[in-house]
Amino acid sequence: MVEHTVKAFDEDITRLRGLIAEMGGLAELAIEEAMQALVSGDEVLGNEVVARDRKLDVLESEVDAMAVRTLALRAPMADDLREIVAALKIGGILERVGDYAKNIAKRVNRIEGRSRFEPLTLIPAMGELAAGMIHDVLTAYAARDPELAREVIERDEKVDAFYDSIFRNLVSFMVENPATISSAAHLLFIARNLERIGDHATNIAEMVHYSAVGTYPPDR
Amino acid sequence: MSEPLNPTRTPAFEAQLRKRYAAERRFRLAGLGAILFSVAVLAFLLVTMTFNGIGGFQRATLTVPVDFTVAALTVPEGSDTAAATRALEAQGLPQVVRFSAEEAFGDDAGAELGADAWRIVAAELAANPELLSGEHEFALPASEDLASALAGDGQAHLQPLARRLAAEGKLANTFDPGFMTRSDATDPQQVGIWGALKGSMLTMLVTLALAFPIGVLAALYLEEYAPRSRWTDLIEVSINNLAAVPSIIFGLLGLAVFLTLFPNLRSAPLIGGMTLALMTMPVIVIAGRNAIKAVPPSIRDGAMALGASPIQVVFHHVLPLALPGILTGTIIGMARALGETAPLLMIGMRAFVATPPDGFTDPATVLPVQIFLWSDEIDRGFVERTSAAIIVLLLFLLLMNGLAIYLRNRFEKTW
Amino acid sequence: MVTDETPASAPKMSTRDVSVFYGDKMAVDSVTIDIPQEFVTAFIGPSGCGKSTFLRALNRMNDTIASARVEGTIELDGEDIYRSKMDVVQLRARVGMVFQKPNPFPKSIFENVAYGPRIHGLADGKAELETVVEKSLRRAGLWDEVKDRLSESGTALSGGQQQRLCIARAIAVQPEVILMDEPCSALDPIATAKIEELIDELRGRYAIVIVTHSMQQAARVSQRTAFFHLGKMVEYGETSDIFTNPREERTKDYITGRYG
Repeated sequence: MVEHTVKAFDEDITRLRGLIAEMGGLAELAIEEAMQALVSGDEVLGNEVVARDRKLDVLESEVDAMAVRTLALRAPMADDLREIVAALKIGGILERVGDYAKNIAKRVNRIEGRSRFEPLTLIPAMGELAAGMIHDVLTAYAARDPELAREVIERDEKVDAFYDSIFRNLVSFMVENPATISSAAHLLFIARNLERIGDHATNIAEMVHYSAVGTYPPDR
Repeated sequence: MSEPLNPTRTPAFEAQLRKRYAAERRFRLAGLGAILFSVAVLAFLLVTMTFNGIGGFQRATLTVPVDFTVAALTVPEGSDTAAATRALEAQGLPQVVRFSAEEAFGDDAGAELGADAWRIVAAELAANPELLSGEHEFALPASEDLASALAGDGQAHLQPLARRLAAEGKLANTFDPGFMTRSDATDPQQVGIWGALKGSMLTMLVTLALAFPIGVLAALYLEEYAPRSRWTDLIEVSINNLAAVPSIIFGLLGLAVFLTLFPNLRSAPLIGGMTLALMTMPVIVIAGRNAIKAVPPSIRDGAMALGASPIQVVFHHVLPLALPGILTGTIIGMARALGETAPLLMIGMRAFVATPPDGFTDPATVLPVQIFLWSDEIDRGFVERTSAAIIVLLLFLLLMNGLAIYLRNRFEKTW
Repeated sequence: MVTDETPASAPKMSTRDVSVFYGDKMAVDSVTIDIPQEFVTAFIGPSGCGKSTFLRALNRMNDTIASARVEGTIELDGEDIYRSKMDVVQLRARVGMVFQKPNPFPKSIFENVAYGPRIHGLADGKAELETVVEKSLRRAGLWDEVKDRLSESGTALSGGQQQRLCIARAIAVQPEVILMDEPCSALDPIATAKIEELIDELRGRYAIVIVTHSMQQAARVSQRTAFFHLGKMVEYGETSDIFTNPREERTKDYITGRYG
């Protein structure tokens, strides 16, 4: 891509994109480690995830500040403008994704008797899917690839399908084993968080598409 | 030794800086010197002229008492100065005046009255006939010989007389306002500048009336309408050269062309004015072109964008803004024309003209030619008159320039 | 709030394949564009791209340059302004122009505004002339500032006031189109903002075309924008589209500062 005549502008944009990439990496890691802690019951890991969420919050403020500054000082137009707006929105979304991962990690020590839970095998798969969506959408962001973004959006169907089946599973389990209701409820929330993460990944994908092409993907 | 932090803080730099300031001072002093020198030369000219010329505004007058009671003179009722003068002349007034002078100062003094002295008496009598009933003293012009004797030159035998009369207070140099109203004469005591002054005025009028419109219109056409071509370049070069042509050549041109066309108008201000107009026009064209070129194109664009036609742009906007520059050129051209002698001599404005011209077609002379003619005279009395005429010429020039500068300042606008 | 609807009526001026030559050099290459009546149209582009030359062709100001030659058709209300019997003086009364450097005449403020109506005979008598002058100065947003000093010289005003005076002068002849050639480039930001507000107020009553070096100004002031490059018109469209999502790579490079 041709560079801006004022090189500092390119540096600003590069730094902004770097911040988003960093946030994305942290969010991805948070999801993976939260799922890992959930499966292995590792409270320590869970607490680490919770603590590390603060970094995401800090980065989001940095992205905000950087975006506003670039808008004020550079008066970006066309694709530069879309780039900044996209970065602003994606930063907010990633922060929320991090919050969901943190939420999952918090519930790790609330679940007892984990080996007896059948849904416990479905959830990691759903988690993998969600994490995969986040990973790929960030790849699409880095490459400014609208096609990959569209493909990620399509995957959300599967995540939703997962959620529906986990939901049905857990509800019937809770009916059969009332003693496990509290743990099952937590699992429900965990699944809900993962479903929301999937939705957020599609939101990110839409912004990636808009930034690259100038329009939102069809049937938004 | 470490490198100086700042290249402008080294001693070498400071030394050079002092040299630069010294050069600036020298230049300013040179400029001041030039101005002082010019002012000194100008002052010298003015002071010398004034000193020499002051005497030219005076003439020697003899105070003669005339007793009308013993002379039987009457002024006819209700007559004007000319008729009264003729009547009194018929009655012998000149002899009466001369007799009175002889009575008062002796026989030789009687002969030393100015030839036209009695006319002054006649004019007074025509204005105040009641003088005829008594005695009255008249300040009458002395003859040229007596005037020279008063000044210490001229014939030796008149000197004692002059000294005696001066000591008695009867003979003195008094201010002579008539110098400005009389015309050329052979006697320096009788001579006046009005004839030449009027001739100059009429000639300048003709010159201005011809050169200014033609020059300005030519400048307008060349700048605004003429397409850039070989022809316009040729015209521009020709006009520039024309402005540098020696003035006597224009005299030859006037002689060859104008006088063959109007042979009976020799010495007329009309011909003189036409010849000088030829000379002045190129100066006006050049100054006009530069002034028009200096009008910023933004003004023209603004007027045209409003829908002004080309003539409206020129006359409503370009010309008013160019007028100061055009007037400056006109001042320069007219000042040069006022002082020109050679071309006018060639077309014959060198004749002895004793009466001021009545119109543009009467024979006349102009101030510089008059000065030239008087400076050629043998009579000592003409020396002072010549300087006085020079002063009149300078004053006329000053007046003309002052008027033009006033006009220029009035039209001066900033944009 | 600027709304960019589609224009309701036929374009005020339209050009077809207009090219402008200075001698052999082609400054404007085959430009086809419609100037709508109710919007402000902005011409943007780098220096030397031909936008000012094209603007000047719209009121035949190029006629004053001997080597200039115009090809193609330019129509005002359907009438060809070069070939038909339209008088160029009348054309310039219908299509006014405001220049980059404010150029009030070195006359009084009143005379500046009154000159146009006077030479075109648009006002009968002194009273009507005064009415026209007041109306024009009011419309240009200058009346309150100068109503007590109409006899002062127009050049004694500040830069921004001078430019508004030039706009009032152009309005006084009741034009249908106003062409503006970088009207704010010599003004400070406050004066610029006042002129931009004035342009917004004049929109609709006059078809306005503005050439500007500042993309921000084009974005603020216009509803349609045309991007010129090397004499060609590269892209034309709604201003918001041009500045958020231009179709042409060259347009995008220019407006994002990647040009050169």
